[in-house]
Amino acid sequence: MSGGLDGLTAARGLSPIEFRLDSSSGVPTYLQLVQQVEQALRLGYLTPGDQLPRVRDVVASLAINPNTVLKAYRELETKGLTAGRPGQGTFIESTLSQVALPELTGLRRSLLGWLARAEGAGLDADGTEALFASVLRDFYDRRDSSGEHRGAARDDSKDVA
Amino acid sequence: MNIIETRGLGKRYGGSWALRECTLAIPAGHVAALVGPNGAGKTTLLNIAVGLAAPSAGAVTVIGGRPAGSPAALDAIAFVAQDTPLYKNLSVADLLHLTRNLNRRFDDEYANARLGELGIPRERKAGDLSGGQQTQVALTLALARHPKLLVLDEPMAMLDPLARHDFMAAVMTAVADDGVSVVLSSHVLAELERVADYLVLLSSGSVQVAGEVDDLLASHRVLTGPASEADSCAERLNVVHVRRGEAQVHLLVRINGATDALPPGFEEHPVSLEELTLAYLRAPGTAALPGPERTVAAVASQVAQ
Repeated sequence: MSGGLDGLTAARGLSPIEFRLDSSSGVPTYLQLVQQVEQALRLGYLTPGDQLPRVRDVVASLAINPNTVLKAYRELETKGLTAGRPGQGTFIESTLSQVALPELTGLRRSLLGWLARAEGAGLDADGTEALFASVLRDFYDRRDSSGEHRGAARDDSKDVA
Repeated sequence: MNIIETRGLGKRYGGSWALRECTLAIPAGHVAALVGPNGAGKTTLLNIAVGLAAPSAGAVTVIGGRPAGSPAALDAIAFVAQDTPLYKNLSVADLLHLTRNLNRRFDDEYANARLGELGIPRERKAGDLSGGQQTQVALTLALARHPKLLVLDEPMAMLDPLARHDFMAAVMTAVADDGVSVVLSSHVLAELERVADYLVLLSSGSVQVAGEVDDLLASHRVLTGPASEADSCAERLNVVHVRRGEAQVHLLVRINGATDALPPGFEEHPVSLEELTLAYLRAPGTAALPGPERTVAAVASQVAQ
């Protein structure tokens, strides 16, 4: 059974993933597509060489504007995650860079310490989340406005190369 | 190239104007949503654009300067009217035959393939098909002419959710395959958000908002903050619509170019197309139109600075 399905997938050049839309999330449609590809990369559903769903197929299954899909695919290409092959489609180029495990464990431990302090100060889970989201936003806003946007710098150097 | 362009367009029915001083330019290559309250002039505008009605004043051209209603214009436009008019006593096959013989260009292969995919029996009378199937037949007849402009007037009003989805998927697939420009009027704002990349908001017969959806969303924000600061904000900012509670206020503002400094105590949120449209519908006196010289609100804020 599964062999038959795999055969069908290969024969029709289908992608390992399917997009879905959450119309109540408030996240713009193109961004939902970008985030779903990134999440699929983190979780290993997509690996380099895999094909993203064809624009026409996404349009037909979600009933969305083709320009929305193209915008999402352009964004993924700008991020260096995918590359378009003329006449074939869009393919995964690289996986999302992950922080090494020991470093992640250390970061996790220090965050747990901070969470304990927040609880001690009387913040509940929702309050903690709101505070964290607000500080996170401020942190990146300040960094972006002082011209230290690393993503932008990287894109520039890529254009030159 | 503009797919529809009007200048000072007016249409009078008896003593009242359905359209008045309507000036508009919709660029080609978009799925443009035409929205507005009942009686705003949506159907009148579409009927004039496709050549079914003559204007009382002004001019309208389609597909890069072809006069509306001219043979060159009609050849490249397909129109599906509000109530999906099909000859109910004719079979699907007869409707195909008729449309093929009434048009210079008709893609039989495409039409038959689409009807086959949809499982619509060709020998069935149009009147015996479901509402969703009738709409799909009308759309198939329209798309088989491979138009440059597809005009849809309230195409989904009669359809259940699944039929709506299938209908919109068919239209969007045609956009992907043929690059057809689409202008559709609709009341269902939430559905437009997924498909429209250009918005035209009509109000009392003239254009209140027009622009690419991305530009409109990027140039509007909701600011939430203390109600006590609302009035001082309204002086500095370009406020479209205010929702005020006793302590808290939501301001839907239009921002110009660089982000204005946020007033103290206010949080900034992006707007959805639906929220933006509703705000303008509730504030008929405000406008957001392309070109700074035509933007009343932008001029006012420049004067204030």
